[in-house]
Amino acid sequence: MTRTSRTSRTFRAGRANRPGRVTRPRRADRPRRASRTGGPARAGQYLALLAYLVFLAFPFLWLISTSFKPATELGSLHPTWIPKDPTLANYRQAFDEQPLLQAAGNSLVAALSAAVVAVVVATPMAYVMARHRTLLARAATGWVVVSQAFPFVLVIIPLFLVLKNLHLINSLPGLIMVYVVWALPFALWMLVGYVRAVPAELEEAAAVDGASRLRTLVSVTVPLLAPGIVATALFAFITAWNEFFFALVLLKTPEKQTLPVVLTHFLGAEGTADLGPLAAAAFLATLPSLVLFAIIQKRITGGMLAGAVKG
Amino acid sequence: MTLATAKKRSGKGEGRGAPPAGMLDHGAWFLVLPALLPILVLSVGPLLYGISLAFTDSQSGRTEPTEWIGLLNFQDLLHDTLFWDSFRIGLVWAVGVTVPQFLLALGLALLLNQNLRFRGLARSLAIIPWAMPEVVVGIMWRLVYNPDAGILNETIRDLGLGDGRDWLTGIGSALPAVIVVGIWAGMPQTTVALLAGLQNVPRELHEAAEMDGAGAWRRFRTVTWPALKPVALAITALNFIWNFNSFALVYVLTNGGPGGRTRLPMLFAYEEAFRYGQFGYAAAMGCVMVAVISVLLAVYLVGRLRGADER
Repeated sequence: MTRTSRTSRTFRAGRANRPGRVTRPRRADRPRRASRTGGPARAGQYLALLAYLVFLAFPFLWLISTSFKPATELGSLHPTWIPKDPTLANYRQAFDEQPLLQAAGNSLVAALSAAVVAVVVATPMAYVMARHRTLLARAATGWVVVSQAFPFVLVIIPLFLVLKNLHLINSLPGLIMVYVVWALPFALWMLVGYVRAVPAELEEAAAVDGASRLRTLVSVTVPLLAPGIVATALFAFITAWNEFFFALVLLKTPEKQTLPVVLTHFLGAEGTADLGPLAAAAFLATLPSLVLFAIIQKRITGGMLAGAVKG
Repeated sequence: MTLATAKKRSGKGEGRGAPPAGMLDHGAWFLVLPALLPILVLSVGPLLYGISLAFTDSQSGRTEPTEWIGLLNFQDLLHDTLFWDSFRIGLVWAVGVTVPQFLLALGLALLLNQNLRFRGLARSLAIIPWAMPEVVVGIMWRLVYNPDAGILNETIRDLGLGDGRDWLTGIGSALPAVIVVGIWAGMPQTTVALLAGLQNVPRELHEAAEMDGAGAWRRFRTVTWPALKPVALAITALNFIWNFNSFALVYVLTNGGPGGRTRLPMLFAYEEAFRYGQFGYAAAMGCVMVAVISVLLAVYLVGRLRGADER
């Protein structure tokens, strides 16, 4: 078989050893029957797939290309895919023009704290939602769904007023509180799925041995959930790292602002954007998200698959 | 805590899975509170507060207390042609993004569900846009659309189709240009959701249909689509809401220009609230947005479900 299916098979084998995983096999990963639609149809499919990938990839490649072009090349007509005279000057200039390091630091603090707090409070809640069929659990599930439909305006104005009264405007702690709540719906959605995959018998066995509920949760359930918790935390980190609207409203001074907000400062007035440094900074700001996303990608799609199958 | 656990332990014999319906014991409350408090204080509370603000004359930086003014904001909104222009643009944008996004993502999901070579690699590449900050997506496409240094106009020049244009500042081209970016940015989530839905398609049925000589389109209509439909409905409804509430992409791409041609309702409300300080009025806009969108979605979902019954 092809390389692709081998990797997915090893991945599944690795997963099966971890009881915390959703164990339903993904049918699409199984080798399919020998194709009967060979020839032109197959070729057409590859062509279509290629077209999709080109459409999805070319803006990013163009961003990278632009980030290595000197100002003279960017100012002239007839740009090329490969820079004629590649340079790192844009990267240096980007750091000179805007406080990128400080902004990255702010983003890191905000995203890391939000991710950690979100999973710490979401895990016990998800546990109750998965194991108890109560009114509260149902209300929480309802909130997870409805919160997806919130128009941000309706939430941000009151949040702004509340945080202002608490003197948490223009402060990272205030932003972190918002990010925690903002990350909770998806975190709960993912974690409930992971908890359901942990056999309740294991917990019952621990309970029979006399472990308290908290004890059972901490020493039986959470270790089994660990991979899922890590994936959820990383996803929360990425969403907070990428977030723009709340940061734009809540952070006023440049030394407090996060990376996405600082990136918009490169844009300047209409049409006056300094393209090279803009591209360089944008590329750097994306790297952490891309790396983390690559790590958890299969788990996130797997979690969504599990949720959809159950739903 | 000891009381709670002791109580729980005594109840263990009956089996964990079945606590009295609708009730949570003390221990469960202890697990739920860390998430419940932030949700109530920073999500549910602000939402209710936001709705109530719509009936006040709340403004930023005012010293006298805000007053209830009943439906005055809504009466003003009714005659605010700028807002309804913006609302119309929002609807065009939301439909213009959601429908092509769904069709394209469906095609991609069907391809990725085939037993093609490099499928794993293609899957990973296809969801890259998901990991990117919206601000970076906006910056990236500004570089693509750039009249001189952009790849789009260069390609048009290469193909001998003229000189291209300034896409994002042209009165006629700005909205279509940002819609393309919207489609691009939401493709991965939609594709992953549809891929998840495709796991529900009964393979045996598919094979039986193929044996009976049903063509690809017929198999799709009679086997794949019925199984995929619930997921398709859910993701288009969600996409519609997300797109209607979208902010960062267009803020970076055009900031509502040229001449308000891309001023989505969220941008309008943001300016009203945080540039002009009209909190009450902006909150009223938020309420109108939720109300209209809820009605549209209800009609859409009911219509689709009824269509399913009749068949």
